[in-house]
Amino acid sequence: MGVPLSAAPAAEAVLAVEDIQTRFHTQEGVVHAVNGIGFELGEGEVLGVVGESGSGKSVTMLSLLGLLPTPPAEIVSGSARLEGEDLMALDADRLRKVRGARVGFIFQDPMTSLNPVLTVGYQLTEPLRLHLGMDKAAARERAAQLLDLVGIPEPTSRLSDFPHQFSGGMRQRVMIAIALACSPKVLIADEPTTALDVTIQAQILDVVKRLRRELGMSIIWITHDLGVVAGLADRVMVMYGGQVVERADVKSLYARPKHPYTRGLLRTLPSPDDEDGSSGRLASIPGHPPSLLEAPASCPFAPRCEHAFDRCHRENPMLETRGEGHEVACFFDVDRGAPRAD
Amino acid sequence: MPTESAMAKACVQSDDATPVLLEVENLAKHFPIMRGVFRRQVGSVRAVDGVDFHIRERETLGLVGESGCGKSTAGRVILRLYDPTAGRIAFRGEDIGGVRGESLRRLRQSMQMVFQDPQDSLNPRMTVGSIVAEPLVEHGVAKGRALDDRVDELLNAVGLSARFANRYPHEFSGGQRQRIGIARALALEPEFIVCDEPIAALDVSIQAQVVNLLQDLQERLGLTYLFISHDLAMVRHIADRVAVMYLGKIVELAPSDELYREPLHPYTRALMSAAPVHDPELEAARERIILTGDVPSPADPPPGCRFSTRCPMATPECSAREPEWRELRPGHRVACHYAGDA
Ligand SMILES: Nc1ncnc2c1ncn2[C@@H]1O[C@H](COP(=O)(O)OP(=O)(O)OP(=O)(O)O)[C@@H](O)[C@H]1O
Ligand SMILES: Nc1ncnc2c1ncn2[C@@H]1O[C@H](COP(=O)(O)OP(=O)(O)OP(=O)(O)O)[C@@H](O)[C@H]1O
Ligand code: SF4
Ligand code: SF4
Ligand SMILES: [Mg+2]
Ligand SMILES: [Mg+2]
Repeated sequence: MGVPLSAAPAAEAVLAVEDIQTRFHTQEGVVHAVNGIGFELGEGEVLGVVGESGSGKSVTMLSLLGLLPTPPAEIVSGSARLEGEDLMALDADRLRKVRGARVGFIFQDPMTSLNPVLTVGYQLTEPLRLHLGMDKAAARERAAQLLDLVGIPEPTSRLSDFPHQFSGGMRQRVMIAIALACSPKVLIADEPTTALDVTIQAQILDVVKRLRRELGMSIIWITHDLGVVAGLADRVMVMYGGQVVERADVKSLYARPKHPYTRGLLRTLPSPDDEDGSSGRLASIPGHPPSLLEAPASCPFAPRCEHAFDRCHRENPMLETRGEGHEVACFFDVDRGAPRAD
Repeated sequence: MPTESAMAKACVQSDDATPVLLEVENLAKHFPIMRGVFRRQVGSVRAVDGVDFHIRERETLGLVGESGCGKSTAGRVILRLYDPTAGRIAFRGEDIGGVRGESLRRLRQSMQMVFQDPQDSLNPRMTVGSIVAEPLVEHGVAKGRALDDRVDELLNAVGLSARFANRYPHEFSGGQRQRIGIARALALEPEFIVCDEPIAALDVSIQAQVVNLLQDLQERLGLTYLFISHDLAMVRHIADRVAVMYLGKIVELAPSDELYREPLHPYTRALMSAAPVHDPELEAARERIILTGDVPSPADPPPGCRFSTRCPMATPECSAREPEWRELRPGHRVACHYAGDA
């Protein structure tokens, strides 16, 4: 939709991420949270990231932005080139500058990232003064515009309020406003609209689409809302157990999902038009997600997969291209209903 | 195919003989607005401004509406986490608007809340095991071995491994933290739970698990829920009746199937038309009723009908006179001058 995109954004990737591996050292042992994640983000592209709770979506982004405390986290490998410059090799100071200005980040929990003792106005104007060198008055005016952009009524007077005086969805919108403040090249949004009702969500998505068009902003949008992904993303990356299990342009992913986990995910949706909407139980994927306490030596989805066969318990499938621009990590061919020949 | 739970639900709906568990009349909560160096009160945010509804035993009432319209505040006043500014709250016929001290503590055993922001209920310095155990210990329900078993059981019920009981909240993903809050609210097996966006941060498969769990518990223990959510499909699935809130007021309340089939209030219609569809082709094609105009501030709501500044059907009459809360059909109430006119 909107901006035409080449099937392979590789040539002009704004952000190129390779082989991120992140572990946590805990009492129970080593948690293998992210196991070799890589992706590319084209200019003006929206990459949707979906996946099971605990599959490593947040940790992947926090790793590449240097936002995880080490220890307990250990970043075993990985690179993340923003317009050629590897963020994961920068020192803390340079990285902080990149984060406020060229990369905007919206945290999953607004209350962990908004400072409870500072007014929302202060938290919005600070990056504007720091990165864009605005004076106090100009920054306040811009801050009020930003709050207005995300649909907060009476923006000017609300600048002097503290985060606890805002509703859950308003806090999320404040976070979005802060991330957009400096018109970043890349916006990484981690579940940014979970608390928002559909009308405001639609408004925010419109703002985001407009910024993408006008500024060529590239966007990574992490969400579990498959409806939002359908309306916003150009490509979608599906994660499970710290790995990418499927990646494709949005239409083929919804029309022809190839990974058994993705297929299960799409089946679990209740439909708003479902005449039967209120009856019975919702379909969920049986079983539990992997504990991640061991390095993956087999397919992470195998214990819950209806198609699993012996090979799946011995080997971990790699992400491979199967059909144009459609990558899957699975030994089974769902189209033929049989294990893959190779 | 109607399942057992759907049939149980149908019974509840038609059974006016089921006792009312909770009833609120003209309930209001206003927050003072303080400004200037002397922090003088210059006005008030009318977050909840006169709402009436009841919930019967074993019933689920859905509460939907735009971000900032007062849903969380309503939930918190009902549970007496805030003192009401005006109105009556009756639990099992007893007025609880003014109870304090020991009686309030006892009341807390029967009424719980799953918080929208997990931060609000998870102490960062306590392990997850002790967070879930705390209410059990405080109310002397279990100790020793029985306590440990109960905590394991609760964690399992929300799809978390009991092995992680020694971890701290920050060591979990966003969706995992949300589930810890649910386990804690369930600990005392309360009669009534306010679920404030309990599933917003969860992926669809785990959403389904949690919703199924809430429904199982309802059947097994006869729980009653106030279910706050912006996910209209999920609310339709879980709720027997749904209340739609706009700027501190309830504008429509009806049995859920009827509300979704035939919304009568213009705001409800707009809300339904904006719900995302999980299909990129449909998503690109469909028509939305886009609401124009800014969301008015709850500190200064418009006169007459509060929706009149954005309503596509508004007439001069609408801003002159507040619409009555009319019962247009049995159990279906609307606050709009023109609802039901052909
Ligand atoms: N500090 C930590 N110590 C130990 N384990 C951690 C820590 N932080 C995250 N984890 C684990 O790493 C895994 C990945 O977490 P992450 O937050 O990336 O998940 P996610 O995909 O963002 O999930 P959600 O959708 O629930 O937000 C989870 O299993 C989580 O429990
Ligand atoms: N402690 C507070 N002090 C002052 N104002 C408050 C406070 N809590 C809430 N408000 C205001 O009351 C209004 C309603 O807030 P509430 O949290 O009830 O909304 P909500 O319907 O739950 O929204 P959301 O869907 O975004 O969570 C908002 O305008 C909010 O800014
Ligand atoms: S590799 Fe095997 S276990 Fe894994 S998803 Fe494919 S079929 Fe299932
Ligand atoms: S009373 Fe008037 S403004 Fe209010 S909802 Fe009805 S038509 Fe719209
Ligand atoms: Mg996350
Ligand atoms: Mg809320």
